[in-house]
Amino acid sequence: MTDMTDPLMQDVQGPSPRDLLKRRVKGHLGLLTGVGIVGLLVLVAIFAPLLAPHDPYAQSLMTRMEPPVFLGGDWEHPLGTDHLGRDYLSRLIYGARVSLLIGAVAALISGVIGTAMGVAAGYFGGKVDAVVTFLINVRLAMPVVLVALAVVAILGGSLTVVIGVLGLLLWDRFAVVMRASTLQVARRDYVAAARSIGASTPRILLTEIMPNIVNNLIVIVTLEMAHAILLEAALSFLGLGVQPPTPSWGLMVSEGKNMMLFEPWLVLIPGIVLFLLVLAINLMGDGLRDVTAPENRS
Amino acid sequence: MTEAVLELDRVRKTYTVKQGLFGKRKPLTAVNDVSLSLGKGEVLGLVGESGCGKSTLAKLLLGLEHPTSGQVLVEGESMDALDRRALASRLQPIFQDPYSSLNPRKSIYDIVSLPLRVHSIGDARSQEKAVKEILDVVGLPQRVMNTYPSQMSGGQRQRVAIARALVMKPEIVICDEPTSALDVSVQSQILNLLGELRREFGLTYLFISHDLAVVEHLATRVAVMYLGRIVEEAPVAELFEAPKHPYTKALLSSVLTPEPGLGVPETSLGTAYPNPIDPPSGCAFHPRCPMATEHCKAVAPRPLATADGRVECHLHDPESPIYAKAAA
Ligand SMILES: Nc1ncnc2c1ncn2[C@@H]1O[C@H](COP(=O)(O)OP(=O)(O)OP(=O)(O)O)[C@@H](O)[C@H]1O
Ligand SMILES: [Mg+2]
Repeated sequence: MTDMTDPLMQDVQGPSPRDLLKRRVKGHLGLLTGVGIVGLLVLVAIFAPLLAPHDPYAQSLMTRMEPPVFLGGDWEHPLGTDHLGRDYLSRLIYGARVSLLIGAVAALISGVIGTAMGVAAGYFGGKVDAVVTFLINVRLAMPVVLVALAVVAILGGSLTVVIGVLGLLLWDRFAVVMRASTLQVARRDYVAAARSIGASTPRILLTEIMPNIVNNLIVIVTLEMAHAILLEAALSFLGLGVQPPTPSWGLMVSEGKNMMLFEPWLVLIPGIVLFLLVLAINLMGDGLRDVTAPENRS
Repeated sequence: MTEAVLELDRVRKTYTVKQGLFGKRKPLTAVNDVSLSLGKGEVLGLVGESGCGKSTLAKLLLGLEHPTSGQVLVEGESMDALDRRALASRLQPIFQDPYSSLNPRKSIYDIVSLPLRVHSIGDARSQEKAVKEILDVVGLPQRVMNTYPSQMSGGQRQRVAIARALVMKPEIVICDEPTSALDVSVQSQILNLLGELRREFGLTYLFISHDLAVVEHLATRVAVMYLGRIVEEAPVAELFEAPKHPYTKALLSSVLTPEPGLGVPETSLGTAYPNPIDPPSGCAFHPRCPMATEHCKAVAPRPLATADGRVECHLHDPESPIYAKAAA
C-alpha cells in the first residue's frame, strides 16, 4: 500500500549489532590478551589436581627452600620449594583456585546486591532512591580494609568468611553505576512504550532495562573481581585472611617475606602471578567497555 | 459529535521542580485543568509551542503519569478502574523520536511482537503471522524481522514503531509529534501512512504537533494549547478559516509565511515563551498578545462555548469589558 518503490524502504543498512561486536572484539588486542590470560588461569584452577606435580600440602623438611630451575634448582621442583619444603609450583597452581574463587564469588554476591539496589533506585526513584542513596553513602563512609580486618579478627579467618565479608562490602560501585545507567535508560521512550503495552515491571526491568545496562555491569564485575582478589591477598598477607596451610598467593607472599632478602623469588613468584591476574582482569574490563559501547548513540 | 472514546475531565498535572542546587522546590503546572474529549473516528490535532504541556497530556492519557487532580475517562470509565493491560489493548502510543522508542538490543521481530507476547495473544506461529501482516501494512519488507533498529533509517524505525502500536489493533492511537524527528522527505510518507491506516482500521487519533501545517491535512478537529491550557478548540476548517484566539492567529500567520514549519516567528509574538514555573497573571498569553488590555493582565479568561468548540479569551466573552473589540 505504501510506495514500495522507494529505495529507502527496501534496504536495511549496515551490519547487525552482533556482527559489529564480533568485529570489534577481533580488533581489540587488550581484550584478547586479558581474556587469554584469565581464561588460562581459570583452566589451571579447574584442572589443578591434574596439573600440579605434587601435593601442595606435602611437607618435606629435607628439601626446604630449594631454588627454582632458573636459579639452579632441579626439575623435580620447577619453581622450588617453600620454607616447609612444599612444592612451590603446586601451591601456586592451587592458589589460583583461591584467588579466582574469592574474586568470582565476592563479585557475584556484591554484584547481586548492588545491581538490585541500583536498578531499583534508578527505576522507581522517589523514596526507594533516597534509601538506596543513603545506604551507598553509609557504605562509602566505611573504610573497606579496616572493616574487613575487624570482622575477620572477630569471626576468625577462613575462605568463607573472607568471601562473605568482601561480598557484603564491595557492592557500592555496582549500586552507583547501575543506578546511574538505569536512570538514563528508564527515560528512553521504549520503556514508556513497554509500559503502554501493559508489560509488567519485572518484565520491563529484565528485558528492556537490563540488556541496555549489562555492558556497564560486566565492566564493574571485572573491576570488583580484581579488587576482591587484591583484598584477599592483603588480608592473607596480614594473617587475617585465608588461613595456613591453604595455598593462597597472598599467604605465600606473607610466608616468603621473612626470607625476602635472601630468597627474593619466594615473594616475587606469587607477587608476579597476582599482578598478572589483576592486570589481565583489568585489561578484560577495559576491553569490554570499549567493545560494547552501545551501537546507536544517535 | 460522536460518542467520546477518550475524555479528560478537568485534568491537572503539577510537577515539583527544584531550581538550582539549593533552590526551593516550586510547583510547575504542566497541564492546567484541561477538559477535552475525543470522539470515535476523530483525529484531534493538539497544537502548541514546545513546553506547553502536550507530551504531559499524552502521558496522562496513556496512564504513564497520574493526574494531580481530575480524571481521565476511557469510554466513560475512569482510567483508575481499568488495569494497564485492558487500557493497552485500546490505546497505543507512537512517540516522537524513533531512535529512543525502539530498544536497540532487540530485533524488529521482538519489538513488534512484544504486545502479542505480553497479552499472550495466540501461539508463536500466529504471532509470527500477525507480525508479518502488520509489517506489510506499514510498508516494511518481511526480512527486516531479524534486523536491529541500528540498521534502519529514521523513517523505517518510525514504521516499526507504528507496527508495534497497531499489531494489537487498538482503537485509539496517541501520536506525540510522530514526524518531527524525521527528515522532511520522510515526514509526508509517514503522515500519509497514518492517514491510510486510520481509514483502513477506523482508528481514532490524538495527533500532537507544534506545527499547525502538519495537523491541517490529518485532523478533523484542532485544539490549541498554551501554557497548560486549551485556549481554542474548533473543527479544522473553522479554525483555519476563522481563528478566534489571538494565539491561534499568530500560529496561523506563521504557517502562512513563505517557509512554513519554521515554528512561531518571534516577530508575530514578540516576547519569548513564559516560564511555566512563574506564569503571567490574568490571561497567561497577555505578555505576547497584540490585543492585551489591563483587564487581560488582571483577570483570567473563562472557557466559552462556540458553535462547535470553545475559546478562552476576553475578546470573545460578552461579559468582559473588552468584548466589543473582538470584531476589530
Ligand atoms: N517529569 C517532569 N518533571 C518536571 N517538569 C516536567 C516534567 N515533565 C515535563 N515537565 C515540564 O512540563 C512542561 C511541559 O512539558 P511537555 O513535555 O509536556 O511539553 P511539550 O509541549 O510536549 O513540549 P515539546 O514540544 O518540547 O515536546 C515543561 O515546562 C516541562 O519542563
Ligand atoms: Mg513533547
